[in-house]
Amino acid sequence: MRPPLSMREPLEEVGDALADDALTRTPPRVMSSRARLIVAIACVALLVAVPFVVPGYKTSLVIETLIFATLAMSIDLLAGYAGRVSLGHGAIFGIATYVVLYHVTTGGGSPWVAMLLGVAAATVAAVVFALLAIRTSGVYFLLLTLALGMIVWGMCLRWTSVTGGENGLRGTVAPAWLAAQPVFYFFILIATSLMTWLMWRFAHSPFGLTLQGIRESESRMRTLGYNVPLHLFIGFTVSGFFAGLAGTLYAFFNSFVSPSTVALAQSVEGLLMVIVGGVGTLFGGLVGAAVIIALENLVSFYTERWPMVLGFMFIVTMIFAPEGLLGFARTLLARRGAEHRS
Amino acid sequence: MRQGERRAIIGPNGAGKTTLFNAIAGEVPVSSGRVRFAGRDVTRLRTHRRAALGIGRTYQITNLFPALSVEQNVQLAVQSLTRRKFSMLGGGAPKGEEVARVDEALATSGLAARRRDPTRTLSYGEQRQLEFALALASKPALLLLDEPAAGLSAAERVVMASTISALPRSLTLVLIEHDIELALGLVDHVTCMHNGTVLVEGRPDEIRANARVQEVYLGRPHDA
Repeated sequence: MRPPLSMREPLEEVGDALADDALTRTPPRVMSSRARLIVAIACVALLVAVPFVVPGYKTSLVIETLIFATLAMSIDLLAGYAGRVSLGHGAIFGIATYVVLYHVTTGGGSPWVAMLLGVAAATVAAVVFALLAIRTSGVYFLLLTLALGMIVWGMCLRWTSVTGGENGLRGTVAPAWLAAQPVFYFFILIATSLMTWLMWRFAHSPFGLTLQGIRESESRMRTLGYNVPLHLFIGFTVSGFFAGLAGTLYAFFNSFVSPSTVALAQSVEGLLMVIVGGVGTLFGGLVGAAVIIALENLVSFYTERWPMVLGFMFIVTMIFAPEGLLGFARTLLARRGAEHRS
Repeated sequence: MRQGERRAIIGPNGAGKTTLFNAIAGEVPVSSGRVRFAGRDVTRLRTHRRAALGIGRTYQITNLFPALSVEQNVQLAVQSLTRRKFSMLGGGAPKGEEVARVDEALATSGLAARRRDPTRTLSYGEQRQLEFALALASKPALLLLDEPAAGLSAAERVVMASTISALPRSLTLVLIEHDIELALGLVDHVTCMHNGTVLVEGRPDEIRANARVQEVYLGRPHDA
């Protein structure tokens, strides 16, 4: 249990609130195994049908959603399970994108080797971020990861000979056999599904439980014999590894990278996807990514002031569903189930 | 202290009892002196290393994992001793020998029927029992109990006292307790602290009869 408020730093309290109570509760089991299976089959059927039912622009939106959902879920591994909210994951994601584009367009290398190098570079960046940030918590962790992300952004902006500066790097990096949209779509669907499964296994493993223990009480974990900084370091690195994988897929998809890919806005958007979907739910990242990307594109079709509309939507979500859309749906289903039983 | 010894630390508020526990467990650095455990100087070891050597503790203010289930709380204590805590793709539920140890800890604490419930839904008395179960599940050689009966009802205090009495004699026990009669009934030796120093040490009957202890607890006759 955390120390009384009066004994703690006020700023630490603010940061903890971002990953606290309602946002990180163990969700109640609200659906039977059969209902879960039906929902899963329906989701798979819908996803498989996408490139045939809505080819073109809308399929590319789903591809973008799947890639950013992976980034959001990697952020949730830290925010929802370890109680550490990162604003540096956009930079880790973007580093992988830069490395892939640089290796293929400037270096003339293989896209698969580029992918490996991109993930390796992102993981190394996550190791550096983790070494510097794991001994902090709350808003200090938030600010430190933000500052590290800003350093990466500054390097990408100024290291023109490598990154192309403000112009960025451009060029097709995906192999030729992925050129047809349906093929590329299924490649991304399989890759992101595999990553989602791996993240789910990680979150529900004994190691995932230790991260939840750290979120709940670091002092208790220490006196039980856990090396808290080591566990946080590994957790951050794994989370960065998945953000890097998402970044390499983004390079394949977007064929362009610029400093805006590693900017603070990227991290914030990833975090907003997690919050809108539900912190600590993992799949909330997928829901949040779908809602935000769909709204961005839908609202911008009608008005140039779409960021204002999105801002309003975030406020409404925070007020009426602070546990996120997935958390809200779970609460609603649990309430209906209880009413039905009574 | 000898192995298997049971000792109570008593003293008025602010005497330094919990600070002493924090120093032994490694949660606060010591400004002078050494901490020795099992023939080894552990003064510079971090908290988790001391816990791995066998120093377990409970807290004066309940320190659990409120959003996790009762079973997950105990599981964290049990898996702290194994390599499985680093398993990243294995199933999260207890496995093999862990199952028996989790069941044993839940049965001892009387919380087996509530194993799936979130810890935050337990009553205060149940949370104190769980706190105790967590400390025991990590198989300590030295157990530091910081006011285990604080805030419990009379009936719950009796249960807690009998649980402590039933602990194996091989376990070294240090107990902080404000209920002097309860504390003296559970231990072989007593240390009375005052203003951060040891005021007097002795057997329970000697401490009961000690004038300085009575003075510290009750105040000087002319103070009354």
